[in-house]
Amino acid sequence: MKTLADLKKIREKAQEDMKLRGGNVRIKIVVGMGTSGIAMGAREVMKTFLEEIAARNLTDVLVTQTGEKGLSSMEPVVDLIEEGKPKVTYGNMNPDKVKKSGG
Amino acid sequence: MYKEICAKYAPTKDNLIYILHEIQDTHPQHYISEEAVQAISEYLKVPENHIYGVLTFYSMYSTKPRGKNIIRLCESPPCYIKGSDNVLRKLKSILNVSVGETTKDGKFTLELCACLGVCGNAPVMMINDDVYGDLSEEKVEEIIDKIRGRN
Amino acid sequence: MSLKRIDLLICCGSGCVSAGSLKIKERFHEVLAEHNITSEVNIIETGCMGPCDYGPVMVIYPEGIFYKKVTVDDVAEIVSEHFVKGRPVSRLMLHDEEKAIAAQKDVPFYQKQVKVALENCGYIDPESLDEYIATGGYEALGTVLTEMKPQDVIDLIKESGLRGRGGGGFPTHIKWQMVHDNKADEKYIICNGDEGDPGAFMDRSLLEGDPHRILEGMMIAAYAMGATNGFFYIRAEYPLAIKRIKMAIEQAKEVGLMGKDIFGSGFCFDAEVRTGAGAFVCGEEMALIHSIEGMRGNPTPKLHILLCRSWGKPTVVNNVETIGNIPTIFRKGAEWFSSMGTEKSKGTKVFALTGDIKNTGLVEVPMGITLRELIFDVGGGMIGNHKFKAVQLGGPSGGCLTVDHLDTGVDYESSKNAVP
Repeated sequence: MKTLADLKKIREKAQEDMKLRGGNVRIKIVVGMGTSGIAMGAREVMKTFLEEIAARNLTDVLVTQTGEKGLSSMEPVVDLIEEGKPKVTYGNMNPDKVKKSGG
Repeated sequence: MYKEICAKYAPTKDNLIYILHEIQDTHPQHYISEEAVQAISEYLKVPENHIYGVLTFYSMYSTKPRGKNIIRLCESPPCYIKGSDNVLRKLKSILNVSVGETTKDGKFTLELCACLGVCGNAPVMMINDDVYGDLSEEKVEEIIDKIRGRN
Repeated sequence: MSLKRIDLLICCGSGCVSAGSLKIKERFHEVLAEHNITSEVNIIETGCMGPCDYGPVMVIYPEGIFYKKVTVDDVAEIVSEHFVKGRPVSRLMLHDEEKAIAAQKDVPFYQKQVKVALENCGYIDPESLDEYIATGGYEALGTVLTEMKPQDVIDLIKESGLRGRGGGGFPTHIKWQMVHDNKADEKYIICNGDEGDPGAFMDRSLLEGDPHRILEGMMIAAYAMGATNGFFYIRAEYPLAIKRIKMAIEQAKEVGLMGKDIFGSGFCFDAEVRTGAGAFVCGEEMALIHSIEGMRGNPTPKLHILLCRSWGKPTVVNNVETIGNIPTIFRKGAEWFSSMGTEKSKGTKVFALTGDIKNTGLVEVPMGITLRELIFDVGGGMIGNHKFKAVQLGGPSGGCLTVDHLDTGVDYESSKNAVP
């Protein structure tokens, strides 16, 4: 490391690795992981989100989870929260829909 | 053995404290013998009296053989407020020694020490390099039993 | 490819380690493997989070949920409920009159605190250089070395009003200026980590929890006064602090943040760790220097009242916490720093709370906040709601203050005047 620019490069990479601890997050994806959500495949949905985000190198998207959302008939349910925009809720999610939604 | 330890360090006076630490830490009885002092004196080319001057100044060094495990109970006010005197009484009774003594089986030496800086979990003690906090009479008994079983 | 969705920060400061946090960490590894989600969770060992009384403590991100007094037996529930099903375990949270407080930021203990020196303590992995860099680490050093002259560095510290955090409160820039103005072929800087006062563990926590910060601060100071060698003098009672600083030095050397021609500026610096062997008096500057030189730690008079010499060369001795403030002062500016605190005592101060107080632990508050706020708001008051009788400020050389002094500000001037 010889310049401030070198340091900046390391910093950007390191911040990406620490994004779960706050900071630079544009979109938050909240997966409902209550019993019925899990029964309907919420874990697979969440895993697919994680894989897709990593594959597309989306550094400002964060996946987190919450408990039962009450919409049992629509499980798995996913909230998409984008800064400054109204929350969007998706129902009946599955891994295929996840892959499409990233486009 | 002492010569080998010395040789790891440059023969300058400022390495004395580290040589003493290593000799004491690696000795099964955790102390610095007369032979060790002679070896250091030859290596660093400083008189033995200088070495004794340094080694008796610092409380962590011992010139007497000690046990396999060194228990160092904090004797500072924050630990006292939280009941370290009860812990000391308990340690004395289960080990059957006074402060500064080694158990008959050579497993433990009981010592008091200055603040260990873990006061948020007072009372505390160190056994070798491990810190044990939030001590109670029951807890020390458990800890000592565990170490006894291990050795 | 990272599939991580949870950062599990386990406090591994000495306090929580003594309460069993390392065993809990091991258990997490086992249980995560049982649930087959090892790849989704980062387990990070951090330095002291502060509330030692609640130890072992942990914070779970992205939600920032704070758990206290966690035992090995609680781990299975945290993983299956919180990590798998997204239902945080409320019985492990702090409770305020029956109501669970989930987020760390809402815990009353943290609310009046302002973290400068402790900014990263309990937030980053102290053994990771990258995590320190992610928080802006070594940026101040880079800027100082490439854009500022040594005298500018001293002037900025003067402007910030930084004073020695070891207790004396001596203006830091005067010490630096003395050594800067003294011509010598070699100069030294010593970081005083011989924190011997009973009840104090500010320096230990900083060295353990954010070692790179201390390294960066030391290098900025060294550049300002023209020192090319530094020593960390750390008491032998602090094995973890010694290990962490040694590791930080190795990491910095490896990437060229320490050594020759740092940031291409021509500045060279090398540092090493020296330890004591159990002697309270070695916190005194000259005793400390003698101990580093391998002698008995006897305090001796200095030739000049302000100027220390080790091996006959001009030497600055700065306390760990003083050095810990330096990188942030350069990142955020002297004005920002001097906007906190009182007229003569600028910035914040780290305190170790111990004794019959509810929230024992490590806190950082603006200079000048009253003892009442410190003991009752941050510290939570007396255990069992007993009547407050007295507080001892500082070590043996400090004094005991009673209930009449509760409205005294904690800053250099007020506390000096209050102690009888």
